[in-house]
Amino acid sequence: MSLAATLQLQLGSLDLQAELDVRPGELLALLGPNGAGKSTVLRCLAGLAPITAGRIAIDDIVVDEPATHSFVEPEHRSIGVVFQDYLLFEHMTVLENVAYGLRARRQPKATAHRVAREWMERVGLGEYCDQRPRALSGGQAQRAALARALATSPRVLLLDEPLAALDAGTRAGVRRDLRRHLQSFDGMRVMVTHDPVDAYALADRVAILDEGRIVQTGTLAEVTSHPRSRYVADLVGVNLVAGTVLDGVLHTDTGARVVIADAAPGASFAVIRPHSILLVQHPADGASARNQWPGVITELDRLGDRVRIGLDGAVPLTAEITIAALDAMELRPGDTVHASVKATDIEVYPA
Amino acid sequence: MLALAALAILFFALPLVGLLWRAPWSNAWGYLTDDNALTALRLSLICSLWATALSVLFGVPLAWVLARVSFPGRGAVRALCTLSMVLPPVVGGLALFFALGRRGLVGQWLYRWFDLQLPFTTAGVVVAQTFVAMPFLVITVEAALRQLDGRAEDASRTLGASRWYTFRRVTLPAIRPALAAGAVLAWARALGEFGATITFAGNFPGTTQTMPLAVYLARETNPEQAIVLALLLIAISFGVLVSLRDRWFGRGAAGRHSVLA
Repeated sequence: MSLAATLQLQLGSLDLQAELDVRPGELLALLGPNGAGKSTVLRCLAGLAPITAGRIAIDDIVVDEPATHSFVEPEHRSIGVVFQDYLLFEHMTVLENVAYGLRARRQPKATAHRVAREWMERVGLGEYCDQRPRALSGGQAQRAALARALATSPRVLLLDEPLAALDAGTRAGVRRDLRRHLQSFDGMRVMVTHDPVDAYALADRVAILDEGRIVQTGTLAEVTSHPRSRYVADLVGVNLVAGTVLDGVLHTDTGARVVIADAAPGASFAVIRPHSILLVQHPADGASARNQWPGVITELDRLGDRVRIGLDGAVPLTAEITIAALDAMELRPGDTVHASVKATDIEVYPA
Repeated sequence: MLALAALAILFFALPLVGLLWRAPWSNAWGYLTDDNALTALRLSLICSLWATALSVLFGVPLAWVLARVSFPGRGAVRALCTLSMVLPPVVGGLALFFALGRRGLVGQWLYRWFDLQLPFTTAGVVVAQTFVAMPFLVITVEAALRQLDGRAEDASRTLGASRWYTFRRVTLPAIRPALAAGAVLAWARALGEFGATITFAGNFPGTTQTMPLAVYLARETNPEQAIVLALLLIAISFGVLVSLRDRWFGRGAAGRHSVLA
């Protein structure tokens, strides 16, 4: 009993090939940069975008499988969707919005409205039943959309960027409310977001989607402690170097050598933390346990009393030094410096 | 600029003034309520309302298909279905005659199997009027459907609503102003239809002689009555345009039709 999906779809420039598995009671956050195909994954699961190959099954019921010409229309799937800007119907009252799914399922008006009213109370919108959606604040509209999606008791709840439409001031409060309401739903949940804070607050597990591929899954802690994509490395603020380990050296795809302490041979990732990088103006000689790469400074970014320095070279890096060190060396964009990293400071794990 | 604009306005106003100037005001009521005129007026109203109803019945699904379903040759189909807007109505009437006449492509079978004859009947008037009026509804509704955020329909589907339920409960309320505007335009066009009607349905008082045909005929026999009937048609058309000023010409048509909060 779960949501299992193998998705393949070409849509414009997006080439989606993703595999998802959501267990009952679990909230999986689909995290990734804009254009990665996150919303398209939700549209596939909802039946709004038929896949070209693969298979989607909800509780062992196949809802989309092109190979066997199986396709279940969106209205016959046990799903609820909370859309990014909520898409409440403006020509109905909020109560009618929440009752819509039940009415569409041919429930008598009285029953539908009674259930809808219960949901309105549950999400704290009891006094807004007869209002038009336009009268609701962003957070209230989100709760109304959630109530509308849940009123039909779906097995799967899909949330597309549920907090993106809110301004920063209200987001934290709405996120807290959403967390509470989501906990009372015991079905499977998939949430699309580009904000790791949402994933951290709401998700049991995250899947990182980048350019149509799932590059990593796990808890947020697992994912961020061992980044496997540039996207996650940037989120966490570390340097990620991909390559092949051979005799204590990681050979990058661009031909650079990274001396490492100890690692099994094979395709690997290396993480270099910005503050473990030492910048020197003249290369020191000897120390074989140290890496030294020349690089041109592309940008300087002040963060409190520290500076992040972007370096372009054989191994592109972001280094972090103190303001005092920066002033002492008088570094400017365009200058060439040498980045020095101890082999023991580099974390290596198999790809 | 102003002078040219004033000339243009004059160009449109003068014919109206001319009619008003020559109108036999003292006998106007008599001309309007004379048997011939009343018969033509009643026939015009009945036929144009039927034509409007048929235009809505078939035109809305057609507009939906043109706006929502993408298929090869859609542009050609749209052109075909709106051709009668730019076609000389007489040509349309002639084409209808060869398609639906007693010896026509389809008409011969209608006659043989169902004893159904369209030319020179009141039903023929309705067919001719629908033929020229429906495109007005189709293009108005199609434009509204295109401006509508299709995601509202998506949201409805995910809530368990079929395509048809979605259309009735979400799509239709959103395009209602455009549908009303399209229907009124189609009705006005049907009411004023002349060329296709006289070619396809003839000019028989009581069965196919609508107001425009009566005006044309009265021009020879009773010019004063022609003027009065013409003024009535003008008044109706003018009323339609004024009632549509916001929906068709103003913000209503240009603005976004939305059902979403």
